Amino acid sequence: MAPFERIKDYSEERATFGRRALLALFLVCAVFVILVVRIYYLQVVEYERYTAISERNRVQLQPVPPRRGLIYDRNGVLLADNQPTFSVTLLREEIRNMEETLQGLADLIEISDRDVDRFRQRMQQRRRPYETVPLRFRLTDEEIARLAVNYHRFPGVQVEADLIRYYPYGSSLVHALGYVGRINERELEHLDPVAYAGSNYIGKLGIEKFYESVLHGRVGWQKVETNARGRVLRILEREDPVPGEDLVLSLDLRLQQFAESLLEGKRGAIVAIEPETGGILALVSTPAYDPNLFVTGISSADYNELRDSRDLPLFNRAVRGGYPPGSTIKPVIAMAAIDSRTVPLGHRVFDPGYFEITPGGRRYRNWRRSGHGWTDLNSAMAQSSDTWFYDVGYRMGIDHMSEYLEMFGFGQVTALDTPEAIRGVLPSREWKRGARGEPWYPGDSVNLSIGQGYLVATPLQLATAAVVLANRGTWVQPALLQGVLQENDDGIVLARPVLAEDATPMPEVNVRMPELWAPLIQSMVDVVHGPIGTARAVGRGMQYEMAGKTGTAQVIGIAQDAEYDADAIDERHRDHALFIAFAPVENPKIAVAVIVENTGGGSSTAAPVAREVMDAWLLDDYTSQLEWAKR
Amino acid sequence: MSNRDFQRTMPGADVHFQSPASWWSYTRLDFWMLVLLFLLCCYGLFILYSASGQDMVYVTRQATRMLVGLVVLIVLAQIRPRAYKSLAPWFYVAGVLLLVAVMLFGVGAKGAQRWLALPGFRFQPSELMKLALPLMVAAYLARNTLPPSFRHLLASLILIAIPTALIMRQPDLGTSLLIAASGIFIILLSGVLWRYIFLAGVAGAAALPVLWMGMKEYQRQRVLTFLNPESDPLGAGWNIIQSKTAIGSGGISGKGWLQGTQSQLNFLPESHTDFIIAVIGEELGMHGVLILLLLYILIIVRGVMIAINAEDSFARLLAGSITLTFFVYVMVNIGMVTGLLPVVGVPLPMISYGGTSIVTLMAGFGILMSLQAQSRKLRR
Repeated sequence: MAPFERIKDYSEERATFGRRALLALFLVCAVFVILVVRIYYLQVVEYERYTAISERNRVQLQPVPPRRGLIYDRNGVLLADNQPTFSVTLLREEIRNMEETLQGLADLIEISDRDVDRFRQRMQQRRRPYETVPLRFRLTDEEIARLAVNYHRFPGVQVEADLIRYYPYGSSLVHALGYVGRINERELEHLDPVAYAGSNYIGKLGIEKFYESVLHGRVGWQKVETNARGRVLRILEREDPVPGEDLVLSLDLRLQQFAESLLEGKRGAIVAIEPETGGILALVSTPAYDPNLFVTGISSADYNELRDSRDLPLFNRAVRGGYPPGSTIKPVIAMAAIDSRTVPLGHRVFDPGYFEITPGGRRYRNWRRSGHGWTDLNSAMAQSSDTWFYDVGYRMGIDHMSEYLEMFGFGQVTALDTPEAIRGVLPSREWKRGARGEPWYPGDSVNLSIGQGYLVATPLQLATAAVVLANRGTWVQPALLQGVLQENDDGIVLARPVLAEDATPMPEVNVRMPELWAPLIQSMVDVVHGPIGTARAVGRGMQYEMAGKTGTAQVIGIAQDAEYDADAIDERHRDHALFIAFAPVENPKIAVAVIVENTGGGSSTAAPVAREVMDAWLLDDYTSQLEWAKR
Repeated sequence: MSNRDFQRTMPGADVHFQSPASWWSYTRLDFWMLVLLFLLCCYGLFILYSASGQDMVYVTRQATRMLVGLVVLIVLAQIRPRAYKSLAPWFYVAGVLLLVAVMLFGVGAKGAQRWLALPGFRFQPSELMKLALPLMVAAYLARNTLPPSFRHLLASLILIAIPTALIMRQPDLGTSLLIAASGIFIILLSGVLWRYIFLAGVAGAAALPVLWMGMKEYQRQRVLTFLNPESDPLGAGWNIIQSKTAIGSGGISGKGWLQGTQSQLNFLPESHTDFIIAVIGEELGMHGVLILLLLYILIIVRGVMIAINAEDSFARLLAGSITLTFFVYVMVNIGMVTGLLPVVGVPLPMISYGGTSIVTLMAGFGILMSLQAQSRKLRR
C-alpha cells in the first residue's frame, strides 16, 4: 500500500476538490440566505420597533426652566433679582480620573473642601446619563478665564450659565421675603416632576415659599436632536417657558431699612401695617442674616454659626416670636369689660397698689407700688394701672376676655402670606383643660387682664390688633403682597393672584356699643399725649396725633413681695419692652407694633422706636433721635 | 475529462473579443474579478464618506490604500505559482518568527500587543501570516497524495495551530479565527475523510470549555454580551443594540445617504470600521445591503470557479482557501453586526476603514489571479 500511496492521482484529486468546492459553495449560499433572512427580519419585520428606538436615541425632550418672578416693593424697588452666574460642572462619563480632575481644578480656582463634599453628595444622587453635576457656583470672571484657557486639560469639565436668585438688600428683608434654595430630596418627593423639570431652586421660606406657584412660572420644553454624547445639535421644536409672575409687595424698602436701623444691636421686631389696606409696610426682626448664603447652599460652618448664635438670627421674631403681650392688650380688655356690660363706661376702681380677690388673700400688684388712687377707663389706660384691669378682668371672667381677644385676631394666623407665622396661645377654659388638664381659676383671669399668664402673641398679631383699633373694628387682612404685575390691554396692572390656599376673611369686630370706640381711643391718645400718659415722653413735640399703648412683658416670674430690680438680674432675664400704636388718630395711615427684648419698660425703649417709624412714614423724617440708633 | 479541457479559447471569444482577450491575458489579471473588486472599492469609499462624518481625509487615505493594494495585486499576479510554492516554507517560518518577536518586543494599544515598531512605520505580522499560512499548508499537503494521510493531517494541524495560538495570545481573536479558518479550509478541500471531520467536530465541541478558560476577560464579556445584549445596554451591549437599531431603522430603502441618525450622531460605535455595514443598512436600507451581498457572492463564486479550474492541487487548495477566507470575513462581520455572532474584531472586507486589511486582501486576490493566469495559459 505504501508505495502506491505516493502516486498522485491527479484526476481523482481534481474531482475530489471539485466536489468539496461545490459543497463549500453550497454552504456559502446557505450562509448568505441566512444573512439575507436576518437583514429582512431586522429591516422589514422589526422596522417599526427599531425606528422607534432610533428616534428615542436621537430626539430628546428637554425642559426649559422658566425665569422666576421678580419681587418689588411698593415703590417698584427690586427686592429679589435673578442674576446670571457661572458654575463649573463635571460630566462623569467623560472624566477618566475624578481625583486628578478635582485636584487639577483646585489648583486653578478656589475649591473648598465643602464644595468637594457637596459635589460628592450630588454625584451619589440619582441622575440621568450625561447629566452634568455642579462643583462650584458663582465663578468670578477671572476664574472663568482661567478655566477657559485650561479647558483642553480637563475633558468633561464645563462652565455653565444659570440664573440664580439674588437679594440685593441681603439681611434687611430676609424675614419678610424668605429665600429660595436648591431643591432637596425631601421636597423632590412632593414636587410635580414635570413642572419642576429643569428647575433647581424652590422657595424655602416667607414670600418666596408662599407665592412659589406664582413666582415659579411654567416650564417650557424643547425637542432637541442630540448625539450619543448628549450634546444638543439642533432644536427641532420648542415650547417657550412662561416666566413666573412679578410680585409687588406693600413693603416700603426705605421704611423697612430705617426700622431695621432702629433696632440695630438689639433683639426685637417691628411690624408696621397700613390700616386702610392691611398692607404690611415693614416687617423687621433683628438680628437677621444674609439670605444669599442659602441660595446655592450654605456651608455648614456658616450655618452652625447662625444656628448657635445666642441672638438667634435665624428666628423670625416678627411672625414666630411668641411673647406675653403685657399691657399692650389693655385696650382690648377694656373694650371687652365695658362692651360685655360687665362694668359701665364710667366704672371706677380705687387702686391702693394691689388687687385682692378676697380681702387678705393673694395680692396682685400694680406696677407702681404706691398705687394710682381712684382710676377710671381713661386714667387706668393712660397710666396703665394694673389694678383697674385686675378688677374688670376678675369681674368679666375668661369667657368674655377670650371672645374679644379672638375678635382682635389673637390665637390665630390672620395674615395672608406669612407662611411661618405661629398662632400663639389664646387661653380659654377649653384650652386650659386641654393643654394643662386644669380648670380655669379666677386668678388666671386676673393675670390675663394685664397680658401676662398664658397669653402668647406675636408682634404681627399685636400690629394686627392695633390695625383693628385704628379702624374702629373694621377688619382688613394683613398681607405683604399688593399684587402681581400683569399685562393686559390697559398696559401693566396689578392683579390679585389666585391662590388655592386663600385664607377666609375675618369677621368684623361687632361691638354692641359703637359709642365706646371714642373714649377707648381717647384713652390711648392720652397714653401718648396726656399729662400722665406712660408714653408722654415720646408725645412731646409730635406734629400729629398718635394713639398707643405701652407694655412690659415679664421674662421671669417675680415672687410675691420681691422687688423687680433691673440692674440685679441678668440682661437676658430683663423685661421685654412693647408698644402698639397707630397714627394719625383720625384717618390712620400707619399702625405699628414694636418689641425690644430685654430692655425693660415699653415706654422707654419701644415707644420711641414706634415714634421714629411714624415720623418716617408720616413726616418723611428718616433721621433717628434714638441714642443707640444714631448714625 | 470534459470537452472544455481541450478548448483553447473561451467559447465565443474568437468572434469579437479575440484581440482584446489576447492582450489582456498578458496582464495575468482576471477581468471579472477586477471589475467586481473595483465596484466593491467604489461602494466602500462611497459609504465611508458618510460613515466617517463626511471627512474627505478618511476617504483619500482609504483610496490610497486601495491603490497600494491594487499595485500589490498586480505585482503578485505576475509571480508564478511555482515560486509561491517553493517560497511558502520561508514565508511561514518568517511569519512565525515575527509573531514570536511581537510577543517579545511588540507594541500595542488597548491591552493588545499586535504590532512591531519598525523605524518609520508599524508592522502587523499577523497580516503576513494570513497569506503565509494557507501558502504553507497548501504547499505541504499538495506535495503528498490527496486525500492526506492521518500523519500529514496532524502535521498540517500543527502548522495551523502555531500561528493561531500566537495570535490568540496577543490577543486578537478575530485574526486568529481567520487564520485558523484559512488553514482548515485547505484541509477540508483536500478531501480529508468525512470521519476525520466528524471526529474533529466532536473534539472541537469538547474543547470549547478549554477555549473559554483561555479567553481574556473582555473576550468572555463579548460572548456573554452576544448571548444577551440587553443585559448591559449602556456598556458592552451598546454596540450590538445600536448597530441592530441602525440597520433595523433603515428599512427597505434607508434613510438616505448622509441621513442616518444612528451613524451621523455617533450612536453607532466604530461606524467607519468594523460596524460600517450598519451605516449601509441605515442609510441605504435593505437595497444597499443586498447590493453589497450580491457583490460579495459574485466575488466568491468567481473565486471558487478559479479554484476549480486551477492547474494543480496546490493552486486549487490555495485558491479555495483564499476565496473561502474572504467569505469568512463577510460572514463573521455581517453576523456580528446583525447580532447573529459575537463581536469579534473582523472588518468588512474592502469596505471597512483600515489599512493593512485591504492590502492583505488585495494581495490574496493577486495570488489568486496568478493561479488563474497559470491555468488559463495551460489551457491555451
